[in-house]
Amino acid sequence: MNRFSYHRAGDIAEAAQMGAEPDTRFLAGGTNLVDLMKANVERPTRLVDISRLSQNTIEDLPEGGLRLGAFATNADTAYDERVEQRYPLLSSAILAGASPQLRNAATNGGNLNQRTRCYYFYDTETPCNKREPGSGCSAIGGVNRIHAILGTSEACIATHPSDMCVALAALEAEVRVQGPAGERVIAFADYHRLPGDEPWKDNTLQPGEIVTAIDLPADSFTENYTYLKLRDRLSYAFALVSVAVGLKMEGGKIAKARLALGGVAHKPWRVPAAEALLEGQEPSADLFAQAADAMLQGAVGQGTNDFKIELARRAIRRALRQAAAGTPQSQTNKQVA
Amino acid sequence: MTTHANAPARIGEPLSRVDGRLKVTGHARYAAEHPVADLLYGWVVSSGIARGRITAIHEDAARAVAGVVEIITHKNRPDLAGSDSAYQEQVSPPGKPFRALYDDEVQFSLQPIALVVAQDLETARYAASLIKVEYEAAEHNTDFRAAQAERFMPSKKRNNYLGFKNRGDVDAGMAQATHRIAETYHMGVHVHNPMEMHATTAVWENKDSLTLYDKTQGSQNTQTYISNIFGLKSDNVRVLNPFVGGAFGSGLRPQYQVFLAALAATMLERSVRVVLTRPQMFSHVHRPEALQAVSLGTDASGQLTAIRNEATTSTSRFENYMENVVNWGLMAYACPNAAGDYTISPMDTYTPGDMRAPGAATGMTLFEIAMDEMAYEAGLDPLEFRLRNYSEKDAMNDTPFTSKALREAYAEGAASFGWDKRSMEPRSMRDNHELVGWGMATGMWDAMFQKTAARAKLSANGNLVIETASSDIGTGTYTILAQIASDTLGIPVDQISVKIGDSSLPMSPIEGGSWTAASAGAAIEATCQSLGKKLLDAAEKVRNSPLEGAKFDDVVFDNGRIVSKADPSKNVSYGEAMAAAEQGSLEAEETVSAGISGMISQMRKSRNTHSAVFAEVKVDEELGVARVTRVVCSVAAGRIINPKTARSQILGGVVMGIGMGLHEETFVDHRIGRIMNHDLAEYHVPANADIHDIEVIFVDEPDPEVTPMGVKGVGEIGIVGTAAAVANAIFHATGKRFRDLPITIDKILE
Ligand SMILES: Cc1cc2nc3c(=O)[nH]c(=O)nc-3n(C[C@H](O)[C@H](O)[C@H](O)COP(=O)(O)OP(=O)(O)OC[C@H]3O[C@@H](n4cnc5c(N)ncnc54)[C@H](O)[C@@H]3O)c2cc1C
Ligand code: SF4
Repeated sequence: MNRFSYHRAGDIAEAAQMGAEPDTRFLAGGTNLVDLMKANVERPTRLVDISRLSQNTIEDLPEGGLRLGAFATNADTAYDERVEQRYPLLSSAILAGASPQLRNAATNGGNLNQRTRCYYFYDTETPCNKREPGSGCSAIGGVNRIHAILGTSEACIATHPSDMCVALAALEAEVRVQGPAGERVIAFADYHRLPGDEPWKDNTLQPGEIVTAIDLPADSFTENYTYLKLRDRLSYAFALVSVAVGLKMEGGKIAKARLALGGVAHKPWRVPAAEALLEGQEPSADLFAQAADAMLQGAVGQGTNDFKIELARRAIRRALRQAAAGTPQSQTNKQVA
Repeated sequence: MTTHANAPARIGEPLSRVDGRLKVTGHARYAAEHPVADLLYGWVVSSGIARGRITAIHEDAARAVAGVVEIITHKNRPDLAGSDSAYQEQVSPPGKPFRALYDDEVQFSLQPIALVVAQDLETARYAASLIKVEYEAAEHNTDFRAAQAERFMPSKKRNNYLGFKNRGDVDAGMAQATHRIAETYHMGVHVHNPMEMHATTAVWENKDSLTLYDKTQGSQNTQTYISNIFGLKSDNVRVLNPFVGGAFGSGLRPQYQVFLAALAATMLERSVRVVLTRPQMFSHVHRPEALQAVSLGTDASGQLTAIRNEATTSTSRFENYMENVVNWGLMAYACPNAAGDYTISPMDTYTPGDMRAPGAATGMTLFEIAMDEMAYEAGLDPLEFRLRNYSEKDAMNDTPFTSKALREAYAEGAASFGWDKRSMEPRSMRDNHELVGWGMATGMWDAMFQKTAARAKLSANGNLVIETASSDIGTGTYTILAQIASDTLGIPVDQISVKIGDSSLPMSPIEGGSWTAASAGAAIEATCQSLGKKLLDAAEKVRNSPLEGAKFDDVVFDNGRIVSKADPSKNVSYGEAMAAAEQGSLEAEETVSAGISGMISQMRKSRNTHSAVFAEVKVDEELGVARVTRVVCSVAAGRIINPKTARSQILGGVVMGIGMGLHEETFVDHRIGRIMNHDLAEYHVPANADIHDIEVIFVDEPDPEVTPMGVKGVGEIGIVGTAAAVANAIFHATGKRFRDLPITIDKILE
């Protein structure tokens, strides 16, 4: 771990000013950043602690939505009554991730900005374009069980590891950020990015910009939803594949459908065409199979993760069944519903 | 049954851990936690390549960091012992033992190549990150399948390699068989990953002596190792390991951190602590990779006519590590024709080593998957098939067992599991949309005994101190030794202080092989009995002693009094006896060993623990998700000193066995010869959610012959066969046979 100075920010504006300077990182719960510093992957010279700033509450929005403070913990968010009742998909996704101890420390802003779990990214002895631009991508042709099957580039095949973000993508949340140049709002689908030829950029935040809140729209899924996560053990492992589904059922038909995949791409994966295909239709195995195929259009395996294409296909179908039937996946009973 | 600390404990009682409170309150100190004045901290720099030479180490930037005291590499290390033999210890396999920082050669990925020593840990860690190393890489191989081209049988065998004996004519047996199977099984490298990282605090006393707090399973083994390498008098090297945060075999051989800490301390004449990181825990010992080919044949009735059991396991290029892998398959079942083959296959890794039930966890487990296949081929229930081929004696050595209550273990395990309700047909049992599978397997391990010494001292106030150099690696050694002493001398546990984990105490072997309860237990018992005799002698000195003329067998030692068995009203308190003999305290010291007669008996009889493991799985076939929902592990392990700590050992073994069946796997990038999932986020061991009901049964197996106390040991038997029971259950659930462990989601999905 390199030497760094530590500064506790007084408010967002101050933090944003400091954050705009090179080699500065924001410290929230630290559950990801500190690990990366220990592994010598992140080498900030200055840490700006934003974890005690006041944006740590959960507030109702006038139009019926909910504002999740960036510095509220994952645990407080998942167990907030309004989240549990109005956004059970989000609550479920958060509880599918990490462990209780980690969720107690991890913040919502940190969850959005956590970095990939690519083995090579963590091991400074190996080339990695995300860690060291231009050095190459070791995961291509290497061990890539936990890597992407969609939206990859020749420069990087990493995934974004968050569970929470998969639900936020399906819920079409908005990310509120504040930087030296002021505030802006980013649609969730535009927040994370694909690796392209700049894989070191995980998202579209500009230097100094801080996530201050996540806004959930009033429109949500409370009956027909599920978060289905498949992994290498039944708890405390990142998703090989996860699926967030929100459906609105009207008269036996799917009036609205939102789907997002986790563990398969550099960002939560959405395919509007797959959602359109479901809307206006009656749920059926055939329909779900078509939707799954549409979601996975263009998927390619990288070797040791080839199985994830078929796994994702089946997971999507199952998740759609769960959601349509109103039997969401439990995060405590490990039997897949 | 509850035990009160102020009453003597009995052998066989479920006494709670005497060190439990220390552990849960953080008062139990582990190797890196002992406070030492003026301590320096070492950080290990690990190699980025798997094989080659170091051509340059750029350390200027690191040296420039304030607080850095020294950077030790092969270039500036002091002179050390030159011969390989100085680096060999009790557990070393034949070969050239690895010497850290010895020269510019790199033999495996993550090999330690420098130690940065600084005033504090963070400075050392930071400076280490500034060191740049240049290498001249050489070709390497970490691919076990490719290593098959080089497999061989070394002429010089490892000490505890027992080999195997063939019998009959396997080809003829195969030819005459009605049913046959021939399959190959694979299990990858497992890494021990105890919770506590390998660590050493080296306390520099003066230039002739060192004290080392080390994570080891054998303080005296480390003591010999360090004194040989550094040319110190053995008595001047004291190694302490009062608490060990798990080890599973990784602490049997001294690991490189103890060498590095001792090196830095002697070189700098300062106290130095070295703690490995979790990724570095993937740089040394591991369970070897294995391929095992099993062919079996039976006659029409399901009687085995032929067994062929051939295995190869991985080793390093510099040492020939061997395990007892194939003997189990040849010992376990009655069959006139059986033959084995065993080789090792060298790769560019560190030398593999003993990991919980080494050899059996691999060889018996994979063999038991083959036995399940054979049962199905012969159309027999897997338990019935095993009973039909039950061997009363050790079928390989043609010797009787001192005891073998496996039949009882099968029966009690099956009854508790409800095996009779199983339907034979794969895919025939369901729970809603999940397939249900029931599988079983047999487990086997050695019941070993090692020479061990102990000392005991009773003070006039009734307090007893018992001592032996043994280790408690989390197994409950403190507890059972206190319990044995308490029972033998009738002294409450809270008046007994157990001293172990210190090389200056009476001789004790490394804690391994499940022999500690039997060996250290017998040493404590013998020592306490000897002390009891001294007490009786002293009691005779009491004026008008009521125990006048009483022999040792005529009395019992109960709650601080020597009591006549014939007339309990005749008794003398320990205090009275010691006062009469004018002794402020009484001491005894004894050594137990198998002795000549014991060794002959060891050759004439086989000594083993057995188990029957039953597992239930539920499989979501569409998604490839398998859950182990129930396990019954029924164990025949002789006398159980403490059913609570013994049960915990079996539980731990079963959990590890479930991990072996479903989770534990290293992912090696063969291009660079490196394990890539080198942390606990990506190297998966079972989490709570993966573990459900585990029932442990100890069947009655009195065996006065196996070891002095009739104890066989339970540290390892719980892992043996468990993964096979899981794999067999998955077959029963799905109809798909998995011959490559672990059985992960991608495999079930195929
Ligand atoms: C062993 C382990 C298992 C895990 N398993 C899972 C899992 O199964 N599923 C899952 O989803 N997650 C999992 N996690 C990840 C965990 O969810 C993240 O580490 C956590 O959400 C990060 O939050 P934090 O507040 O601790 O972030 P920090 O570590 O403090 O920060 C992470 C990054 O985000 C930046 N950052 C933080 N807050 C802001 C902000 N407001 N604006 C801009 N940038 C910001 C920081 O600068 C840093 O770069 C796991 C983590 C561990 C260690
Ligand atoms: S996948 Fe991305 S993060 Fe992983 S090695 Fe390649 S460039 Fe680095």
